[in-house]
Amino acid sequence: MEDQRTPADVARLISKTVDQLKQSHLHTQLQKAAEVEVGRAAIRVSDVKTEVVKGLINSGWERKLRNMVYQHMQKESPTKHHLAPAEHNKEPLTYLRKAQVNWEKRILKSLNSMCTELGVPLARRRPEKEQREVLVKWSELGTDEPDLSAFRPVYAPKDFLDVLVSLKNPNMNTADDANVFAMWGIMQVPLQVKNLQQLRLEYSDLTINQCQTGVEDSAEINMDQFQQDRIKLAKKVLASDHCPLAQEFAKKGIPQGYRAELWQLILGLHFSDEDALYYEHLKAYVLEHDLLVDSLIYKDVKLTATNDDQYFVFEDVLYQVLLPFSRDTSILRCFEQSSATPAKSYIRGRLGDNDFAVMYPPSGVIPFHGFTMYVATLCYLYNDPVSIYFVFRELYTRYFFRLHAISSHPEGIVSLCVLFEKTLQAVEPQLFFHLKQIGCQPLRIAFRWLIRAFAGYLASDQVLSLWDKVLAYDSVEIIAILAAAIFSYRKTNLLQVKNLQAAEAVMVDVTTISVVPLLQMFLFTK
Amino acid sequence: MSGKKVLKYACDLDKSVTVTNFERRGWTCVGNDEDWNFYWATVQSVRNLFSVDNSYRMTDDQVVNHFPNHYELTRKDLMVKNIKRFRRDLEKEGNPLAEKDETGRYIHLDFIPVTFMLPADYNLFVEEFRKNPSSTWIMKPCGKARGIGIFLINKLSQLKKWSRDSKTNTFTAPSAKDTYVISRYIDNPLLIGGKKFDLRLYVLVTSYRPLKCYMFRLGFCRFCTVKYNASTTELDNMFVHLTNVSIQKHGDDYNQVHGGKWTVHNLKVFLEGTRGKEVTDKLFDDMHWCIVNSLKAVSGVIANDRHCFEVYGYDIIIDDNLKPWLIEVNASPSLTSTTSSDRIMKYKMINDTINVVIPPGELPDVRWNKVPAKESLGNYDLLYDEDLAQTDILAQDVKGRLTTTIPGSRAGKDRQRLAQATWK
Repeated sequence: MEDQRTPADVARLISKTVDQLKQSHLHTQLQKAAEVEVGRAAIRVSDVKTEVVKGLINSGWERKLRNMVYQHMQKESPTKHHLAPAEHNKEPLTYLRKAQVNWEKRILKSLNSMCTELGVPLARRRPEKEQREVLVKWSELGTDEPDLSAFRPVYAPKDFLDVLVSLKNPNMNTADDANVFAMWGIMQVPLQVKNLQQLRLEYSDLTINQCQTGVEDSAEINMDQFQQDRIKLAKKVLASDHCPLAQEFAKKGIPQGYRAELWQLILGLHFSDEDALYYEHLKAYVLEHDLLVDSLIYKDVKLTATNDDQYFVFEDVLYQVLLPFSRDTSILRCFEQSSATPAKSYIRGRLGDNDFAVMYPPSGVIPFHGFTMYVATLCYLYNDPVSIYFVFRELYTRYFFRLHAISSHPEGIVSLCVLFEKTLQAVEPQLFFHLKQIGCQPLRIAFRWLIRAFAGYLASDQVLSLWDKVLAYDSVEIIAILAAAIFSYRKTNLLQVKNLQAAEAVMVDVTTISVVPLLQMFLFTK
Repeated sequence: MSGKKVLKYACDLDKSVTVTNFERRGWTCVGNDEDWNFYWATVQSVRNLFSVDNSYRMTDDQVVNHFPNHYELTRKDLMVKNIKRFRRDLEKEGNPLAEKDETGRYIHLDFIPVTFMLPADYNLFVEEFRKNPSSTWIMKPCGKARGIGIFLINKLSQLKKWSRDSKTNTFTAPSAKDTYVISRYIDNPLLIGGKKFDLRLYVLVTSYRPLKCYMFRLGFCRFCTVKYNASTTELDNMFVHLTNVSIQKHGDDYNQVHGGKWTVHNLKVFLEGTRGKEVTDKLFDDMHWCIVNSLKAVSGVIANDRHCFEVYGYDIIIDDNLKPWLIEVNASPSLTSTTSSDRIMKYKMINDTINVVIPPGELPDVRWNKVPAKESLGNYDLLYDEDLAQTDILAQDVKGRLTTTIPGSRAGKDRQRLAQATWK
């Protein structure tokens, strides 16, 4: 991508990064490390500065600083202009911004009506006795189940899709039906997405002549040897503590035994004592207050993971991650870059008075049906809820929050849908046309995969190897490509179906899919 | 396919996974007293079949799914007896496999929890119990399955009470029905999501002398529905301790969709992800090691009838040091399907078993060398083949350090390990 930053932009970026650094834990750690360096006896006053810098390099602190700056730059959106109004930074296209606002109103309305119907408050303080009870059964919250029959998920992926397909750019002239650019799909938003050629260039590491971790196909090459080499390389990358290197390594897949650590390196997570303390705080908030969203979370876990033969064993862990997540106000920060705005709730009797407004829930995230599965996938990598919590929070604030907000962002769900339809149409026009003819729009089937980043739809190890690519390329595009690839893979069967139900039946079970070979085949052999 | 000879089968169990398998192959059903080629029988029928009073004589084109005296392996007390004897014999030979550490434990063959027969070994048990009075023990009746009659104790008084209650007549010798085994309870099981589980692995044996056995890849973990709690107050809550589906099914939290079953593949992904590849591989190697040795322990006493093959259900518990413990072996693992994926798995198991024991497209032939083609193995992996292991050791002797392993065969690793162990 072309970098259009002016020197002034760069200066602003630097100052912002430095500000962030100063607030971080790393800053104090660096200071301490520098003090240690100064304390060395052999340093002359005249070269304190050079010696300290040298010392920090040797002790690995400089590498940590570099990683942190790199991660910060990745998160910083490059298109932002400092003079643009805040709402423009959130979402530059007015009609999308409006659509998002309406969508949020709808969610809020349904949340409020649930409150009134069931006569439950949005939040209530737990009495002391109840707090103790919750604490005692903290690690087995799944066992005694509150009556949730009256609760229902606030929205399901299908509801959200209906909103997305109704999006229309008011400036677009659609009067001309013979438009050569007409799409066969249902997305009508003209967003720019990568074409097949650009995708092939971007994902050139996946070409079929390249060996990949997690693919055991070629008989000629000694795969055992290759896997051994990958493991050796993984150890080296970990030893280097080098974030971009880890990302580069991840492009060819990470062996499951090293995934947990390499993901931590890529995401810049260290699991310090401060993190553990932070988690304990969130847990205390959960104990203090009972929120309506807690019931929604319960309900979602019970509806999804509890009945899933891959994830049911983690049910209790999921509550320990999802409940504190709803209390974490640091997640609000991702709304600065998102078209979405957290819902507000007012203290009783002060409706509309912003001084008495609080974000609801504190994290600003209202879970949809299936939200749980993002977390469930991670249970195959980390054993304790605290680690899962921080990895999930990082993934959510980097990627997943864009999968359920209406925006024009290239990583957002709208772009993802457009990318899916365009790619499928370009690669498999016959299949697409057939499905369209029988009234079965591919996106109607694929959307549930996209919004959940395939979590819970593929075999657990396959979701993880898909997310390897997301981290490696720092993009969720690959998810849309995989969705199109699955259609292409099941083409023979799909061409025989005559209606939507039959097509659904062909696509209902994708747990046997092998992600990487399918991506390779789809991108480079069609 | 010549199509001239249609294979005839007999089946005692009217389970859909077996019958659909036979029918899909176009086999014809006959009664068990007719001239079947393939008989999926209950253990009782096989006992009758081989009993001396029976006039039925089997021909070369007949196979049956149990060995006549499989109970040497599958009855709790006999299995323990045989394994103990196996270890003693190796020790007498001076075999390095029977090496012990300073506390008197076998280093390589310590794969079953300390076990005694009751009432026969009562005094030995008391001696062992007194060494470690806070330990928990599990009592199991020898001749029963599916968790029936099992209870836990942690005080001698509980045992005394039990023996008082059950003893109606002290003068008759105890039969198999009222003998019990008492085993050290694995009170540090590996927990996943806070819950206890055990493994059910399927092992196919096509011959004991030479030993030829296969491991079915699609085994599963069975989870307790209730959070595990080692405290002694919950000793009588069997939902905490026993993973048997027949027990868990009655719990309030039993889930109809997955039935508390988790695939071994999932377990492997989870352990590799959270603990690393090396320890995970070691755990699976250890499990194979313990299965092969349990089979070796009985290979001398089992009547190695050429008409027989058998699929065993191995129950294994993994402790929190990732050490597997062999709990028991079942001769007729349940073919009832609790969930749809369960049915698919069991269907595949029967299908692959048939492919391994009968040469493809032919009638059974007991004179066959019982070396199936690699592509007929399906989801089975060769676990151990004594013939191959022998030739391999010879080959190693000839070629010195240049070991040739057959790619894709599980036995490669195990063989190497055996060879290494013998060299030590």
